[in-house]
Amino acid sequence: MGHSSSAHGENYINCEKGLWSWLTTVDHKRIGLMYMITVMFFFFVGGVMALLLRLELFAPNTVQGVGQVLKNGDVYNQVLTYHGAIMVFMVIVPGIPAILGNFFLPIHLGAKDVAFPKINLASWYCFMFGAALAIATFFTHKIDTGWTFYTPYSIRTGTSTVLMVLGAFVMGMSSVLTGLNFIVTVHKLRAPGMTMHRMPLFVWALYSTAILQMLATPVLAITLLLLAAEKLFGVGIFDPALGGDPVLFQHFFWFYSHPAVYIMILPAMGVVSELIAAFSRKVIFGYTAIAYSSLGIAAVSFFVWGHHMFVSGQSATAGIIFSFITMLVGVPTAIKMFNWVATIYKGSVSFDSPMLFALGFLFLFAIGGVTGIMLAVLPIDVHFHDTYFVVAHFHYVMVGGTLMALMGGFYYWFPKMFGKMFSETLARLSFVFIFIGFNVTFFPQFILGAMGMPRRYFDYIPNYEALNKISTVGSWLILTGFLIGLYAIVQGIRKGEKAPMNPWGAKTLEWQTSSPPPHFNFDVEPVVTAGPYEYR
Amino acid sequence: MMWFNFAKAQSFMPTQGTEIAKQVDNLYGFLLITSFIACVLVIGGMIYFVLKYKRKSDNDKTAYISHNTALEFLWSFIPLVIFLAVFAWGWYIYHGMRTMPKDALEINVLGKQWAWEIEYKNGFKAVNEVVVPVNTDVKLLLTSQDVIHSFFVPSFRIKQDAVPGRYTALWFRAEKLGEFHVFCAEYCGTSHSGMIGKLRVVTREEFDKYMEEGQEEGQLPIAKRGEKLFALKACASCHSVDSPAVKVGPSLFQVFGHEVVLEDGSKVTADENYIRESILQPNAKVVKGFPHGVMPTFQGQINENELNALVEYVKSLK
Repeated sequence: MGHSSSAHGENYINCEKGLWSWLTTVDHKRIGLMYMITVMFFFFVGGVMALLLRLELFAPNTVQGVGQVLKNGDVYNQVLTYHGAIMVFMVIVPGIPAILGNFFLPIHLGAKDVAFPKINLASWYCFMFGAALAIATFFTHKIDTGWTFYTPYSIRTGTSTVLMVLGAFVMGMSSVLTGLNFIVTVHKLRAPGMTMHRMPLFVWALYSTAILQMLATPVLAITLLLLAAEKLFGVGIFDPALGGDPVLFQHFFWFYSHPAVYIMILPAMGVVSELIAAFSRKVIFGYTAIAYSSLGIAAVSFFVWGHHMFVSGQSATAGIIFSFITMLVGVPTAIKMFNWVATIYKGSVSFDSPMLFALGFLFLFAIGGVTGIMLAVLPIDVHFHDTYFVVAHFHYVMVGGTLMALMGGFYYWFPKMFGKMFSETLARLSFVFIFIGFNVTFFPQFILGAMGMPRRYFDYIPNYEALNKISTVGSWLILTGFLIGLYAIVQGIRKGEKAPMNPWGAKTLEWQTSSPPPHFNFDVEPVVTAGPYEYR
Repeated sequence: MMWFNFAKAQSFMPTQGTEIAKQVDNLYGFLLITSFIACVLVIGGMIYFVLKYKRKSDNDKTAYISHNTALEFLWSFIPLVIFLAVFAWGWYIYHGMRTMPKDALEINVLGKQWAWEIEYKNGFKAVNEVVVPVNTDVKLLLTSQDVIHSFFVPSFRIKQDAVPGRYTALWFRAEKLGEFHVFCAEYCGTSHSGMIGKLRVVTREEFDKYMEEGQEEGQLPIAKRGEKLFALKACASCHSVDSPAVKVGPSLFQVFGHEVVLEDGSKVTADENYIRESILQPNAKVVKGFPHGVMPTFQGQINENELNALVEYVKSLK
């Protein structure tokens, strides 16, 4: 791997060959691709579950058997649990950091790799092992607790709670390891001249996320272990029949899972910052505000968990305090939205497919954001809590936000990752189906929630039928969009034109090395002299 | 206000069965309108800018605007003010929701997989049907015998989890006659979606008649049932019930609703949850001046119905 390696056409993909070279690689780029393949697989499984749920809800079970797709309520509950657990723990949480972050964080910093390449590989194995444990429940007694594992239901159910939470525990370890790696990499491996304030905002977002991963995930781990101990050994912690407190579980769980919401969305915000700047060819508006608002959101996100529990029986005073703090966390999020729109102002905007996804993100995240504020208002939440309004809200944030950003980022960096171009027409078509399909699926769910339809319902009263039908049809549009996208990706990898070094004319460091990059990212260590968005 | 009505028409909220529901809908209407305006500004601004500044050639010169302090202050400050305003408005309504009226008609509701068991003061029991008189304050005392459930009446905009091992409460004052859905809103397993009850609001006369007809031969009011149980479990040998005189344990006379001083000097109000805890885990909060470990625990020895009866009996010792 000398100076002229990339001149000979050698890159990180072809420098070593064979499955073994992948399974033992410590190259962050290869690990990123391995995460990509696994996450795509789990996304497929979780997606099939979602389609099944929507099919079941196409019609109420007015007459036994009519409109019923899944055998009974138990099967429905299992499918919804797998959908939630897979999408959260195996797709949205690892998605952007483990795929795009692994691949581009070191390159963005001008580094050869992450700080601990072997730990990076270990995190992938950890993830696979945890996922295997979780999937193993499918062959034992399945799991029907919902992804939240609320006690005492999770203790009393006959399904495999322990195996599932052990899986989540091990996957949490993987998340901690990735976070650790990113924090140290950011502090220790920046290229000469790459000051903290010259880092791309994607790196800032991953850095804030990594702090959350390090600090919040252990709380989940302890909680899940306590739950397993209670179930296995009858230690009374959460089950009132054993002298425990079921609401305590909710406090512990959301103490992790609210910060986890930001583990899921902050990296997406980072991707969107890159996309908006690159496709507007303009310096990002309010770099410092965006960078530090990520850290601000990360810090405040630890103190808002109680807004998931307004009707749980926690005290009214606690509810009021949590509602107040939640309002404060809304402000930095709003600031980011305004900054992105201001970045477009007086730019040179292209409508390449990654930008379409970024604009789609802004559109959907705006709706996800304002409905989030509604849910933070106490009496409004009392009505909306555990209804489809909440389901719609978090899908606008998690899918409309995170997944749109992941797709946009993926198309943006595709030429760099694979050295090939994808079909722009197919990518745009895929976007159109996903974007329209998403709104058709989830917007009616806001209305269903307002009407009072609770979530996690196998069946519903006839008033809710029309909107459920529309929602189900939307899910087929989303499916079509993703199938087109998959085709675009596979076709691009197999037959795409060779990608130039910098197809979009962007300024961050990854576009100053060959496509795909050489094994150690740069032939010559870059020296940084300016910020990441110097479009002048 | 016309714009609220406009928002309401768009909001698809169910019938307004209570005054609180109207308050909630007004706030929701305000939120819908401000949210709509915010989205139009952000999304509309985005669409306007991308069209106006569409790339013309690969060599377009773009402006170099790194920040604008005044603008940034403004768009941080304005959302903050709006957020705090809706927070305060929400707080006001929530305060009303969570402040239990005095002298409300109390009804016990027990959630179980997968039905609601209703018990009125006179001992009359029903399943999945709550009947209440119109224009009367009603307080539901909720608990569960298995997993967490949540009592949700969309038309009243109220919801409260029924948590095993403790009492929670909600109140409402129905203003409309008719039948309303009661859903279970907290996932509870196989027939979660089938755990549907109805809440029937009737006139005072109909309610009295309903109670009378429901009264079966030999059926005791809850407090009476508690009294019997109190004797049966020999509670009376340690607790006096008709005077403040101390036997072995503290007197229960007029204790409900009053403050109790504990051994560490802290104070608690003797509410339903305190009585419940003192029966199941007597050593958790011992009254000042009484020794630890004298009273046996009744955890696992009495069921939810019996607990309700005992609590109701203690409440009646006025």
